Amino acid sequence: MTTQLVTFTLDDRLCGIPVDRVQEVLPGGTRTRVPLAPDDVAGLVNLRGQVVLSVDLRRRLGMPARDEDQMMVVVFVGDETVSLLVDQIGDVLEVDAEQFEAPPQTLTDELQAVILGAYKLPQRLLLALDVDAAAS
Amino acid sequence: MDEMDEIVHEFLVESYENLDQLDQDLVALESDPSSRTLLSSIFRTVHTIKGTSGFLGFGNLERVSHVGESLLSELRDGKRDMDQPTADVLLALVDTLRAILARVESGAGDDLDVEPMVEQIVAVQEGRAVEGAGPRAASPDSDEATGDAAAPVDEDPAEAVDAVSAADAVATAEVPAEPVPAPEPVPAPAPEAAAPPAVPAPTTGPRAEETETHQRNAAEGSIRVDVDLLDTLMRQVGELVLVRNQIDRIAGEGEDQDTKRSAQRLSLIASELQEGVMKTRMQPIEHLWSKMPRVVRDLAKMLGRDVRIEMVGGDTELDRSLLEAVKDPLTHLVRNAVDHGIEAPEVRVAAGKRAQGLVTLRAYHSNGQVVVEITDDGAGIDPEKVGRTAVSKGLRTAADVAAMTPPELLDLLFLPGFSTAAKVTNVSGRGVGMDVVRTNIEAIGGSVDVESAVGTGTTWRMRIPLTLAIMPALTVTCCGSVYAIPQVSLLELVALGDQHGEIEHVGTAPVFRLRGTLLPLISLAEVLGLEQEAEGRVIAVVEADEQRFGVIVDRVLNMEEIVVKAIASRLKQIGMYSGATVLGDGGVALILDLQAIARRVLSAEAASLARAHVQEAADELTATEQTLVVGAGERRVAIPLSAVTRLERIRAETIERVGAREVLQYRGALLPLVRLDQLLGASSGLPADELDVVVYTRGGRSIAMAVTEIVDIVEDDARRHSDIDDHGLLGSTVLKDRVTELLDVRSAVQAADPGFFDDVEAGDLSELDGVEDLHDPLAGSGLTLAGAR
Repeated sequence: MTTQLVTFTLDDRLCGIPVDRVQEVLPGGTRTRVPLAPDDVAGLVNLRGQVVLSVDLRRRLGMPARDEDQMMVVVFVGDETVSLLVDQIGDVLEVDAEQFEAPPQTLTDELQAVILGAYKLPQRLLLALDVDAAAS
Repeated sequence: MDEMDEIVHEFLVESYENLDQLDQDLVALESDPSSRTLLSSIFRTVHTIKGTSGFLGFGNLERVSHVGESLLSELRDGKRDMDQPTADVLLALVDTLRAILARVESGAGDDLDVEPMVEQIVAVQEGRAVEGAGPRAASPDSDEATGDAAAPVDEDPAEAVDAVSAADAVATAEVPAEPVPAPEPVPAPAPEAAAPPAVPAPTTGPRAEETETHQRNAAEGSIRVDVDLLDTLMRQVGELVLVRNQIDRIAGEGEDQDTKRSAQRLSLIASELQEGVMKTRMQPIEHLWSKMPRVVRDLAKMLGRDVRIEMVGGDTELDRSLLEAVKDPLTHLVRNAVDHGIEAPEVRVAAGKRAQGLVTLRAYHSNGQVVVEITDDGAGIDPEKVGRTAVSKGLRTAADVAAMTPPELLDLLFLPGFSTAAKVTNVSGRGVGMDVVRTNIEAIGGSVDVESAVGTGTTWRMRIPLTLAIMPALTVTCCGSVYAIPQVSLLELVALGDQHGEIEHVGTAPVFRLRGTLLPLISLAEVLGLEQEAEGRVIAVVEADEQRFGVIVDRVLNMEEIVVKAIASRLKQIGMYSGATVLGDGGVALILDLQAIARRVLSAEAASLARAHVQEAADELTATEQTLVVGAGERRVAIPLSAVTRLERIRAETIERVGAREVLQYRGALLPLVRLDQLLGASSGLPADELDVVVYTRGGRSIAMAVTEIVDIVEDDARRHSDIDDHGLLGSTVLKDRVTELLDVRSAVQAADPGFFDDVEAGDLSELDGVEDLHDPLAGSGLTLAGAR
């Protein structure tokens, strides 16, 4: 059984989320900061008139924030739409369930919470992200 | 009559829908004859039509549906099985009902010959075979065929218009009762339907003409739409408006006239579209009101009152969801008006009113809000009594209450746990109520207040936003970001600056003196945990969660209508924001949840504010002093109590004249007298037999000031003084709701005795301080006199 994953990078990590959860990919625009919000909330963005919460995935994964321009992956989470800030967008990759392996126990807590496991690609590992966990 | 028409119209819409359902149910029933659910549903529908038609006086309709109902009840009760003839006759019944409804709708009443139909049903009930029933059922199209024949109105208009010339229409007027043949085909077999143009066309011609000019079929004129769909439309229109704003800006920057024109058109259309979509969600408030006469009637009867209800502005429209939210508060207020407002008839008569009380509901638009008023002409509410109750219930201290104005006292009615009813009835007055009303109305961004005049009545006023999706708000900036403050919470704006005063601190709590009272302040930057780059130049005075406080912001941008967008529940949990909105420039602004902020921040600061209160009381001591308020002609003058030695009432004849001066024999001495009304140039009243005089004594010398009346002794807050003054006055202030002038005691004294102060200053050193004190502040800010020091 194969799945299509939208891939993106966070530093040197390659991550992926199922293509059917992604609404669109956009360059990160201006965000309105939300004072007192948790660290990983990057702010609110205006997505064609809809106010969408933007989550900084780097923060969510316990990585230092990055000032450079980032990309937004807009995903569906239940009834809401959430945009995930990532470094760079990669290809849409087709992965096979056979390549999948559960995450090692040694993973940091932050990662453990949002990573379902890894697909062993020939060259590198592709981390499968739990969209719901990452966005909430 | 209009009302009647409306009822009939609603009946028609409902019945058409029911009949459509009935068609489906009957067909479904044929394949599942034992379904009790279906049978019950069919039975209910026919029963409803029977009941309503009886009520509306449509005898034939009632009769035919009654027979149908009895057949159905046999089916329902299992006395009869669903068989072919039964199904046929029931379907025919539906067609007949539809035909009658069409006639009713066209305004011709229900005078259709229903006997054949009745006969048919009875025949089926009695187990007789009816000719015609079989063949019709044989054809799967029979329903439709019958439908066409029985109610040609449904399908034929277009054809008919073609077929019938305009001249024929003239004939129509004479044959309105003629087209009875239409229902006749009911018992007739299908073949007739196979060749409709032959017979029905001429007869339907006039009918069709009639319907065309009359109106659309009632059910076709309106459709039911899912509210979610409307919400989606609303959101999309919101997006369109934002795009339009952007296009407007781009077009405005460019030079191209065509682009500008197109942008303008787009702008216009978008606005109209927005308005249109908003309208789809609107419903007249009448929908709620229609239940009120009954509520009033029942309640009045129970309480032995005689109450009439009047409703004005029932066509005022409100967003559907808001209507729902207003329902309970409205009902409560109406019940309250009858229960606590309107007196018993004998009490009313004794008070010189009509025995019949009047409750008026009024709705109108005002400032983008809908105002709903519930007015009664009852006993009114005594603010003093409200105050006493609040004290006795421990909701407020006596001191608090003493300082309140009547409107503030009435506002206490909205406190949780308040009830003024002398006796608690089972109707209202259980102490739940007004606070719930207020909570509910505020939850939808509205407000509620009360006005009352003892003896003449009470008005409760609800202000409700037109829609939840759009609301007026003030946009402000703080530390570079824009925030929106809902207008409902906003009282006023105060710019901080030299002439308006500065932020002061009581302990650690920042406060601002706003017209003599201390306003607790919160800094938005601080509350939001933003780094202190804030300028904090404006105070938005708001009231939320029953607390009045100031929010320090950097700058005020605009008062605008904002489209409220929900925010992720994660952000709601922060407890500072109620939503977000998209601004004209495409940016996002958070909407501040002032209720929540008040609860969180102010309660955290409660301790320091309590200290502030003590301090405030101390401040108050130095800033206020007691004054004697007297009348001078029709004017009111305040004399510092410290300048008053004694009040005397003297007889007019004891005043004598020494040269040009008036003097008074007083305790064996002569007192120079000055009449304040003359001194101040106020018109003096009629010469009275007795005079009130204020005796002023310093260092053994005294003078008397004659006044028209002694009014009261009140606290005067020096901070409220205005410097509007005149000869002999220091300024003016407002005491007990009346403009009162502050007497320049020194000049008044000198008017009576020009040498008064010379002697004092020369002769009695011990009094010198007092006089200096008297003198000095008079020249300065106002009226802080000797006694207060």
